Amino acid sequence: MGKYKKYIFYSLYLIAFVAMVIAAYTSSKYRPESLSILFTDLSWLGNWPKWLDLPLMPFLNEGFDKLIVKYGMFFEGINNFLLGLYTQMKNFMVGLPWPLLMISVIALCYFASGRNMGTTIMVAFCVFFLGFLSPRYWDKCIMTTCIVVIGMLLCLIIGIPVGIMMARNKKIRNALLPILDLMQTIPSFCYLIPGILLFGLGAVPAIFAIFVYAVPPLIRLTDLGIRLVDKEVVEAAEAFGANKKQKLLGVQLPLALPNIMQGINQCTMMALAMVVIASMIGTRGIGDEVLLGLQQLNVGMATEAGIAIVLLAIIFDRITQSYGEKIQERTYHKKKIKL
Amino acid sequence: MSKIEIRNVYKIFGDSPSKVLPMVQNGASKEEVLEKTGHTVGLDNVSLSIEEGETFVCMGLSGSGKSTLIRHINRLIDPTSGEVLVEGTNVMDLDQKSLIEFRRHKMSMVFQRFGLFPHKTVIENVGYGLEVQGKTIEERNKIAMEKIEAVGLNGFEHQYPNQLSGGMQQRVGLARALATNTNVMLMDEAFSALDPLIRSDMQKQLIDLQSELKKTIVFITHDLDESLRLGDHIGILNGGRLVQVGTPVEIIMNPADDYVKAFVKDVNRAKVLKAKVIMSSANEANGIDKSNLIKVNEDQFIEEFLPQVVCTNANCEVVDKEGNTKGYITNKELQKSLSKS
Repeated sequence: MGKYKKYIFYSLYLIAFVAMVIAAYTSSKYRPESLSILFTDLSWLGNWPKWLDLPLMPFLNEGFDKLIVKYGMFFEGINNFLLGLYTQMKNFMVGLPWPLLMISVIALCYFASGRNMGTTIMVAFCVFFLGFLSPRYWDKCIMTTCIVVIGMLLCLIIGIPVGIMMARNKKIRNALLPILDLMQTIPSFCYLIPGILLFGLGAVPAIFAIFVYAVPPLIRLTDLGIRLVDKEVVEAAEAFGANKKQKLLGVQLPLALPNIMQGINQCTMMALAMVVIASMIGTRGIGDEVLLGLQQLNVGMATEAGIAIVLLAIIFDRITQSYGEKIQERTYHKKKIKL
Repeated sequence: MSKIEIRNVYKIFGDSPSKVLPMVQNGASKEEVLEKTGHTVGLDNVSLSIEEGETFVCMGLSGSGKSTLIRHINRLIDPTSGEVLVEGTNVMDLDQKSLIEFRRHKMSMVFQRFGLFPHKTVIENVGYGLEVQGKTIEERNKIAMEKIEAVGLNGFEHQYPNQLSGGMQQRVGLARALATNTNVMLMDEAFSALDPLIRSDMQKQLIDLQSELKKTIVFITHDLDESLRLGDHIGILNGGRLVQVGTPVEIIMNPADDYVKAFVKDVNRAKVLKAKVIMSSANEANGIDKSNLIKVNEDQFIEEFLPQVVCTNANCEVVDKEGNTKGYITNKELQKSLSKS
């Protein structure tokens, strides 16, 4: 039976290929009057013939139009929800007096890093310099932060469960891996622009783009983390009669946490990179300072904004990284040598 | 009825084991199957029965399928064909839910590399079996403390596993297996990762515990001395086939084939054979010089009383715990039992 399965699979490929060729041939306006010409006039073997053209573009365009018309309300709903969340968060943070906001970020870092003074001082320094570089940057950095945080939350809510499913089921993994590859390699403008069509200008297409760009590493590292948990430890849990939920929540996830935290850290960095690119589609934030500087050929301004982005990145990185390290220490207690 | 019965179990690893099964059933060897089909034979027609309260040691070199065999008993691995019966229930008939219940209440397991949860403290590790059963934390900790005391780890209950030495970690593993109070304990090369001194220490502890608890223990090892010391019965596996099953004495005295012979060649018999094994019983022993006798407990190993015998050149009187005479050992019998066949 196994042997036949393989051939059925191959023949499915063949059928799909033939169907595509036929579709290309019948839909092309350049096709020759009759098939018999192809056998007498062999010139089509020289250059790629114009009629051998898969009509993917009109197909996608049509599909996209239909999507907007049919599910417009759905996207509108998502848009309103995310935009509302973003506006609320932004207004709240912009409304806070700047010293208070600064202190809360520093406090967050202090506790997230497990009271590590070195990291806290470094982050405090970076936070101060955001406003110090240019007073305009303060509010813009807040906007960028809000977008990144919302994008991240979306990645976590969807990415971690998907990662868990991938680790559990080989078929799901095989199906998802090419999609993740696609998400990571497709140029960002290919989904930034359609994002505008779906969600309109502003913060939401940026959040959408962050999701597409930043969720793959989180999914991959969650999957990897769970699969890398010591087999004997998982076996022990099974041998004592842990059900699937107990195994996952009690053993696999806690032990995969260092890897998952690494995924979250990667996710944050990629989100920040994407939100800067998203300024080109009109997302407000620190990225549009870079864009503005470049458009005016004002290298100083662009560099200044660039430094601000780096500082912001350091803040995000240090906080998530040090939190991950703290968790890791809690999970794998470093052996204390007593003499 | 035996506590655990394994009937004609075959296990083949590979893409389509059921297709290779007839070939293995027709007697193809492990190497042939691997060469022709790329499948690995884990177990080849293994049948054995393990009685309640005994320690059954399964022995073989690495790759002989012993770890595969033990995982069939609690169905961490499904057999390709055959039956595994525990207390009369075929574990293959259990659905997911009853399998979980079965694992919770019927068996516990000790692992070669301990399989402890690095993110839980010793007391949490020991209480894990009870935790998955849904017991309250007070109940869990109470039982866990008892078991921690039983293996002699008091004072370490709030440490994490990697703060402990290997021997202590395996004690935690042992305590965890004891905590669920199951009748059957599976021990997968439990002491193989420990250094020799600690290993013999742990073996003694296991023997002491077993003399009180009388559990059914299935013990996997590649160390013959260990299996002779612990086992009531020993099964020897070679290339997935069960070569010989018997008591330690049977294995040493009558090895079934060259493989087993090679195994037992270097055994220190004085260390393995007990007085009661080599004695001739009291009513058979006629004409023994009873003027010069050394009293020997029936459960003593030869090496324990050998020096005395050599010094005094006396015969031995074998007694049980109450001091009743069970039999006698003459110098000649002693010599015979110690010489290699």
